[in-house]
Amino acid sequence: MSLPVVVSDPNAPEVFLAVEDLRVHFLTDDGLVRSVDGLSFQLDRGRTLGIVGESGSGKSVTSMSIMGLHRVVESSRAGSARIQGHIWLDGEDLVAASPERVRRLRGKKMAMIFQDPLSAMHPYYTVGDQIIEAYRIHNDVSRKVARKHAVDLLGRVGIPRPAARVDDYPHQFSGGMRQRAMIAMALSCDPELLIADEPTTALDVTVQAQILDLIRDLRAEFNSAVIIITHDLGVVAELADDILVMYAGRAAEHGAAEHIFRAPQHPYTWGLLGSMPRLDRARAERLRPIRGTPPSLINVPSGCPFHPRCDYAELTGGDSLTDVPGMREIGPGHQIACHLDAEQRLRIWRRDIAPKLSSEGTA
Amino acid sequence: MTAYIIRRLIAAVLLLLVVSVATFAIFFLVPRLAGASAEDLASRYTGKTANAEQVRVMAEKLGFTDPLPVQYGRFAKGLVLGADYSTGPTTEHCPAPCFGYSFITQNPVWPDLLDRMPVTLSLAAGAGVLWLVGGVATGVLSAVRKGSVFDRAAMGVALAGVSLPIFFTGLLALSLFSYKLGWTEPGGSYTPLTESPLAWARALLLPWVTLALLYAAGYARLTRAGMLETMNEDYIRTARAKGLPERTVVLKHGLRAALTPIITIFGLDVGLLIGGAVLTESTFSLPGLGKYAIDAITNNDLPKVLGVTLVAAFFVVIANLVVDILYAVVDPRVRLS
Repeated sequence: MSLPVVVSDPNAPEVFLAVEDLRVHFLTDDGLVRSVDGLSFQLDRGRTLGIVGESGSGKSVTSMSIMGLHRVVESSRAGSARIQGHIWLDGEDLVAASPERVRRLRGKKMAMIFQDPLSAMHPYYTVGDQIIEAYRIHNDVSRKVARKHAVDLLGRVGIPRPAARVDDYPHQFSGGMRQRAMIAMALSCDPELLIADEPTTALDVTVQAQILDLIRDLRAEFNSAVIIITHDLGVVAELADDILVMYAGRAAEHGAAEHIFRAPQHPYTWGLLGSMPRLDRARAERLRPIRGTPPSLINVPSGCPFHPRCDYAELTGGDSLTDVPGMREIGPGHQIACHLDAEQRLRIWRRDIAPKLSSEGTA
Repeated sequence: MTAYIIRRLIAAVLLLLVVSVATFAIFFLVPRLAGASAEDLASRYTGKTANAEQVRVMAEKLGFTDPLPVQYGRFAKGLVLGADYSTGPTTEHCPAPCFGYSFITQNPVWPDLLDRMPVTLSLAAGAGVLWLVGGVATGVLSAVRKGSVFDRAAMGVALAGVSLPIFFTGLLALSLFSYKLGWTEPGGSYTPLTESPLAWARALLLPWVTLALLYAAGYARLTRAGMLETMNEDYIRTARAKGLPERTVVLKHGLRAALTPIITIFGLDVGLLIGGAVLTESTFSLPGLGKYAIDAITNNDLPKVLGVTLVAAFFVVIANLVVDILYAVVDPRVRLS
């Protein structure tokens, strides 16, 4: 199972971010939780990847691994993470790098926006102080210069009267303004990789749209690589170039956003799209939730982890019960992990799925 | 912020008023309800040799025959403006704040209290600094290294520290460090700070450490629990995501938030102690307010007990006020609400 750990740079891929066979396991009192189990994907500068999946599919754990935010402890103490595989960021393997090295990259080369902007900002420090702190830890500048930078950033993310609001505390900001301030903080050191973990989930619908617009504008301005983590397909539809659908700590489907939305190939993706509320479908069959519940990550189902919930599992002739499907290429840049062959998928898509998705869903 | 402080100040003054009424009622209403007459109270001033007539005259002179509200009014007036007593041929003036005269020594109570206050203040302040620094540092280290040998050892010692009473640890420390090793005076040798800081610290060192140990234990446990909770907060993850060194994350972001409840309890503890660290002062024979209170209670010397109770209440109220104001300084959310 375990791969030889190669640290030398010649092995580094050319792409800006490459996650290779990432495994993140947590030791708990109940057993080993396989939160991420063999995940690979790549991302280039200026591109946006949307990672989609239900709660517990390993989306956030993946992003926390890239940021190096898991507590990695060698001992068998409960709660500590074991991380294997490679996370190549600009030619450097973050899994093999020292925690101190990763800390220096954190906030500078890669930055993160969190879900709930109220709890994610320190209640006892002003918004300005928190942005100044993020900037000064990586840049040797005076407080005055950093403060000016913070005011600039707040203005850039659309906070009115930034020179006055910079001295406000987070609780004096509205939810949308707090998320703008979080984004300003994440952008303070011009990160090359920006990870947004459910950036709009805690916000009002009207504010959500503004924040998504802001992220899109900033991406164009900074030319960063962006990872958007969400369970809301609407969000990735707005922003992502590529989409990675995760299930039980693995990739289920990966491809260009266009392909995923217009011609999804994995039964789980079909389920996700079917459970997305849409107005252009008849009300009676508008929502079709995926049956069953997300699997336990301690006792992951044998074979294809999705098989207990899959409507087409019996078509695989028992393969899905015993064999773990690997990711395979089914089109240009489009990969799925599914035992169904192309003919079966096309038939099911034409007969069952496409008519129930939107009118333009036929590919 | 100013409005907040003014509101707190008014509340503190009102609280003191209530406390003085309640204390006065306990000392003068309760004995009366229990059947004690005005003459019984007055007889404490006249001594045993006085005849009934002399006692009756004294009771009238001291105002014990007046209705209680009038007596309280006179007492409160004495506190604020001072009072005149004509106990014999001469009229004696008791300057404000006048707590009356001791039954036993016939001395005014206030100068006695003033004499004792620096001792207790020194004791509480020194011990307070020691236990706050020691307890919080231990708690933070324990939380950061949860489950380690240090954590387990520290929490074990903390449990012992909380459980062992001061008259046990104090006597143990006295017998070892004073009597056996002779490092410090065996107690009762208080020197004012202004006379000789060195002698002052030397005399107080053992009481400081003994008292601090008792409190530090609780503070270590409290800090540990608070830190474990705060370190799981989202804003700690944000602080780490910024790339801050772990030290900054723990001290600037974690401890800052965990400190708020500790400040509250610290204020109250110090306030209570200034009112009299009874056990510590008795164990080490320090002539402070606590020892004074114990002696007054043993001798049934009501004016002294009343005085020391009010002074103690005063310090608790002041400590509360300081805590409220500190709260607003520490937590910006308090300032606006």
